[in-house]
Parts: sequence; C-alpha cells; structure tokens
Amino acid sequence: MPRSLPKTDVVIVGMGAAGGVAALPLTNAGLKVIGLEAGGWLSPRDFAPDELRNGTRNWPQSLQKAAAEAPTVRTTPTDKAVQGGHPMMNAVGGTSMHYWAQSWRLNPWDFEVVSATNARYGSNRLPADSTVEDWPINYQDLEPYYDKVEFTVGISGQAGNVRGSINPQGNIFEGERQRDYPMRPLRSSPFTDLMGNAATDLNWHPFQGPAAITTEVYDGRPPCQYHGFCNKGGCHVQAKSSTAFSTIPKAVDTGNLEVVTFARVTEIKTNAAGRVTGVEYIKGNETFFQPADVVLIASYAYENVRLLLLSKSDAFPNGLANNSDQVGKHYMSHHQGAPVAALFPQDLHNWYGLPAQGVAVDDWADDNFDHSDLDFIGGANLWVHTDRKPISAAKMDTFGEAPAWGSDWKAFVMRNADRSNTSYVQKTTLPYHDNYLDLDPEVTDSMGLPVTRITARYRDNELRIAAFSQDKMEQWYRAAGATHIVRYGLGNAMGASTHAYGGTRMGDNAETNVTDRWGFCHEAPNLGILGASVMGTSGSRNPTLTVQALAWRTAEHLVDNWNSRIA
Amino acid sequence: MKKIKNKAPFHFPLADKLPSDPSRRALLKGAGIAGAVAVGASPTGAVLGAENQAEVVSNPLALEALETLTAAEAEVLEAICDCLIPSDEHGPGAKEARAAHYIDRSLASHNIDARSHYLCSLTAISEFAQQQHGAAFIDLPRQQQESLIQALQDDEVPGCSPGSSSFFALLRNHTIDGTFCDPYYGGNKNFVGWDMVQYPGVKLSASETDVRQGAALEPNHQSAYDNATYTKMAANIAASKGGDQNA
Repeated sequence: MPRSLPKTDVVIVGMGAAGGVAALPLTNAGLKVIGLEAGGWLSPRDFAPDELRNGTRNWPQSLQKAAAEAPTVRTTPTDKAVQGGHPMMNAVGGTSMHYWAQSWRLNPWDFEVVSATNARYGSNRLPADSTVEDWPINYQDLEPYYDKVEFTVGISGQAGNVRGSINPQGNIFEGERQRDYPMRPLRSSPFTDLMGNAATDLNWHPFQGPAAITTEVYDGRPPCQYHGFCNKGGCHVQAKSSTAFSTIPKAVDTGNLEVVTFARVTEIKTNAAGRVTGVEYIKGNETFFQPADVVLIASYAYENVRLLLLSKSDAFPNGLANNSDQVGKHYMSHHQGAPVAALFPQDLHNWYGLPAQGVAVDDWADDNFDHSDLDFIGGANLWVHTDRKPISAAKMDTFGEAPAWGSDWKAFVMRNADRSNTSYVQKTTLPYHDNYLDLDPEVTDSMGLPVTRITARYRDNELRIAAFSQDKMEQWYRAAGATHIVRYGLGNAMGASTHAYGGTRMGDNAETNVTDRWGFCHEAPNLGILGASVMGTSGSRNPTLTVQALAWRTAEHLVDNWNSRIA
Repeated sequence: MKKIKNKAPFHFPLADKLPSDPSRRALLKGAGIAGAVAVGASPTGAVLGAENQAEVVSNPLALEALETLTAAEAEVLEAICDCLIPSDEHGPGAKEARAAHYIDRSLASHNIDARSHYLCSLTAISEFAQQQHGAAFIDLPRQQQESLIQALQDDEVPGCSPGSSSFFALLRNHTIDGTFCDPYYGGNKNFVGWDMVQYPGVKLSASETDVRQGAALEPNHQSAYDNATYTKMAANIAASKGGDQNA
C-alpha cells in the first residue's frame, strides 16, 4: 500500500517550464502547493561550456526518467512503432534549463485559423482531413498573461506593435501588445546584421527575436555573456530565464511551495464521482499517495497523455478524462525540419553566439501574406542564428565541394568552418485524423508501464509550406551573398519533438476537446492540464512562452474560482 | 577465407612523428634527466630506469592505456583515423589530436553501445586488407589504406557491424568528435583540432570585439575545465535556490 501523505491544496506534476510558472500565482495567493519533479536541482556549476558533454554525451538528458519513457513512433496506424529518443529533460526547471529560450507570442491568426481562413479565402481551403478548430480564446484573451510572463520570467526582445503603434525594428506582424519587452533584445552580430540587411534589401521585415535571456541585470540575475552554450546546456550565469532561476525560487520564498525531487508520478487517482483525489508517486523504493483538492499535470505533451491513459478507474475505464475518446487526439509535432544550409565566401564570425541570437522574418508566416493563389494555408517563421561549436562545425555539409574525409575534406573544413549557416524554419502544423498519441501495446518503461506511441505524419499542407519556405530561405541566403545552397528533405514522420502539441486539446466542445477554455478537464473539473498538449494549433514559432502564459492563466483562474473548482 | 598472417609485433606507429608537449619538453630540458624522473608521473615509473622514464614523459603515447580496444584493434583504428583527418602540409590531423585514444576511452563511457561495433568491424577491416592485399592494414601503403576506407564507406567490406557504410559513418563521427572535442576527453591534444578550424577557444564571456575578431583572435588554448568552477576543486558556491532540498 502506498504511504498516504497529508492533504495539500494543489499538486503540480512536473516543475518545468509550465508547472514552474503556475506555482507562482498559486503560492502568491496562499495556496499550499506540492511540486512533484522527476529530476533534481541543478546549479550553474553544472553547466560547463563543453560541446561534447552537452551534445554528444547528452548530459542533461541521458539516463533520466524521460529517456526511459521515450515514445515509439510510426507514421500510419498500420505500421509498427519503433522507439526513438526523447528530447525532454527532467530537472527543477525542466526543459527551460537547456532550451534555446526563444520566447514568442503566437500570431493572432493562430487562435482563429478556421474562421479567419474561411472569412478570407472561403470555406474550402482547410485540408479536409484536418481536425483543426478555432481556439476557445483569442490573442487578446491571452495578451495579459503573455505580458505577466514576459515581465516575471524575464524576456528580452524588440516590440513591433505596442497598442497599435508599429515599430519596424520589431515584428510588424505581431499582435498588439500593451507595452515593450522588459529588456532590449540580444545584441546583433556581424552575421545577423548581414542577414538583416539582406532581408531589408528584399523589402522583407527582419527583426531580432525575443528570448528568455537577460540583456541587462534583471531581477538580480546578470546579463547574457554570449559565450554560446545554451543548446542542451543551462546558463553558467543564470542569464537564461529558466523557471528554476525565475518563478520557482519566488514560489519557494512564499513558503507555500514544497518541491519533491526524484518523484515519479505513476497514476492520478479518482473517486466514484469522477473527481480527482490526488496522485500516486514513487520516490526511491517507496510509493506515496499525495491527496490534493486540485491536481495540475505539467509533464509535457507525451507524459500528460500517458499519465491520463494510465490512470484508469471505474469512472474512467479508458483513461482519465477520456470518456469522449479525445485524450491523445489532435496531436502535432511542429514541422521544424526541412532546413536550408548555405555557404558564404567569407567568415561569418559565429564562434561566439547562441541559438536565440538571431534574425527573423515573418513576412511568410501565418496569414501575413496572400494565399489566394497558393495551395496551402499558414506559413513559416524564417530564422537564422549565430552559434557555432567546433565539433558541429567540422561535421558541416560539404556542399558538393569536397569528399567526406581525407586531405581535401580537411582543407575544405579548414577554409569553411566559419562560413556556413543552417536555417531554422518553423512551420504551421495542423492536427489531422489519424495523427494521435496512445499507449504502445508492447514497449514499456523500466516499471513495466506502456510508453506513449506516436502515430503521425505531415500532410500536403505542411509539405507545401516546407517547399515554399525553402524557396524563401534560399532567396534570403542568396541575397546575403551565399554561393552554395543545400536543401534538406521535406519531412514525413512526426517523431518525438521538443515542440509537441495536442493530446489534451482545449475547447468549449466537450465532444472534441479534453479541457475547457481554462485548461481544466471537461470530465474532471478539479484536474487541470498545463503544457502545449492543450494547444489546438502550433503556430510557426517556439511554444514555450504560450505554454507559460496559458499556465499562468489556468493558475489564476483556479485562484479566482477556488470554491467552485473544488466543490 | 585466407588464413590471417601473424602481425608484426606491436609498436607505437607515431612515436617518432608526434610533436611532444612543448611544456614538458621545456621542463625536461631545464630540469635534466634527474629532474624528469622527479616529475614523471607514470604509474610504471617504479620499474623503469631514469632513461626510460624520460622517454615516457616525452612520449604522450606512453601514458595512454588501451581501455577497451585490443592492441591490434587500436593499431588499425589509429591508421584509419590518420587517413580520415590526415596530417599533411596544412598541419596536424586526427593522429596528433589523439582521436583514436579518445575513441578507445569513449567506448567505455558514452559510446559504450558502439563498442561491439568496433570490435567486430576493426577485425573485419583487417581481414579485408589481408584478402585484398595479403598484408595487415597498418603495413599497407597509404593509397591502399585509403582505397580500403573508400570500400568501407561504399558498403563493400563484409563482416562489419552494424554494416560497412554505417560503421564508416560511426567511425567518421567519432574521429571528428575526438579531434575537435574539449581536450579533457583525451582528444584534441594540444588543441590541434581547434587550431585546425581556427576556433579561438572556450570563453566564459565574449565581447562584441571578440565576436568581430572571430578567427583572428589569439587562441586561448583553454579547456572548459581550466575554469575551476566546473571542477571538483571549486568551493560549493551558490547552489541554485532550494538546492539543499535534494533529499
């Protein structure tokens, strides 16, 4: 029998980018919160500037709970699913420790893809097999929470639209914001200047992207030092605004948050009335039951879905909150692939830089351009960034100019190590029938519990955006003086991704959505879900800031409606 | 299948070609042989005479244990690494960077899953060399070694694991890792890899001037672990908030 612990107000499963934000408004309001985290606490001393340790050894992620629970992947329901890797991280702060820290708001269009598309182009433009719906909330509903997160977590960037006043230094296509970012953007570099000028020459609208990285002393943390080991590494000076260094310490300071590390949650318990009563978790060799009035799960899309499907009871025989068979549906992994690489005739000065120090073009994203004569809807955020390390530089594409090894290869790499760049192009991705998550019938984790199975593939709309965006990317690189271009494949399988969406979609219709507009389950009103699993569209940019804004909004709703939610 | 001939006795193929560590060389010169004995850190020092000790200190290979590979496998690997990123008129390569040493060590740690591929494939390459040319891989002229590696890349060497071209890809990746990694891991010795691509080195802070200078910066030749904060030597400085809560 699990050891039963004293009851608490709220349990949050996962102290990462989402749970770590939600904890703050809850504890500020005086609620007692227990945060269960599968990883431990890390300190800046753990983030050595070491490419091999971070990238090759995969230090932040290897041997963690997530690694043992990597989803299996297949493209269609008739294929056999094969286990791949897991890109997520278990730690206090979660993946906000080792992410690139790009912190975008979605475009207003992303919230209303169906109605906006129908209004502008007629009702036959959305893919027939897509299950996309308008979000139950729009950009304006979320704007106050974007603002709170930008200021509390600490985001740097250049605003493009403050209360309708357009600033061409920022993203002129962004939704209206109530004020500037709290910090100026990361500095430009010779390479971002080169690409920014080329985009301007094309009459595009380049701007420096927003990042959860300090550019001045902020909240007691020093500014970014540009040494460039963000990718799969935490920040050595806490300039990266991970929740481990921003919201979680503040929540701990209230005296109302208890973080339990190395806690592996295995089941959410419900009573006969279908209400959630708490969670069961394993720590070391002991099993505990933590009762709570409200449970918030914030364990990333794959684990949120898995935890629900593993939590079967009399009230929910097919998994928690799944009596309408919607858990796992409307899954998307962001189409971040199909990059374009370029070779320039001069050094680009990228040895010191970071993935979030880049320049973006949104002219071909969302519905920022006319799709009347195109065979797709949506688009891509074009992004190029600094950040080069010696191992990955040496593994550069040789652009057909050199063999893969030997003296000629060596001469090529010696000449060109600092002359190539690979774009990062994020594309609108839609949900479809037959793109879903469920439990794998064969593959289990170390405790014998089934892992998540991904069944999904990109469809024509995504592949057409990919081809279109590659044209634009090549045009941009050529305008900047690139002499060689390589385009990579357009993609097919939606494997395990750092940008995974859906599975517990948010919507007013309980027949097609797991959570209501506040992020609480239609079928279990004291169970809330945090993370991109509630998002119904991907947008064409990194999800974390939207995830955090939604998490704050769900937490604030809980505070304001405590009595009705626990009734 | 032809019987594999006995190989020549093991030797250090690089002993006379490697530039020795300049700091050690200077130390030896200044201190004389007797001083070298005093600073010699070799665990085998007790059974070596003063002359041998001096040789051990000046020859970096002498301090490299074979951690996972057999002596014969290590010889083949050494020769292949040398072909992949050769030492040539443009400067030192994978051999001087000690990529093979890095790989040998890594097969006991983060590349442990690849260990069986190496055991199987390095032998398969040796056998293929014998079949094709009647000699050990390491005794073949460079051109024939290169054509065998080309055959490996072209999926033509039988008996490799997980396969001929896939082992080539693995080996190429690891050779690059070993040539360009932080020297802490036993490769990129004397920073020859970072110098090869004009990477100025790890910095904890990079100014705009540093960025603008880029490859023109004087290389600092520092490992990440030359910064005490990332080593066990450092005091227990400010742990993250709540760090003491780890039970």
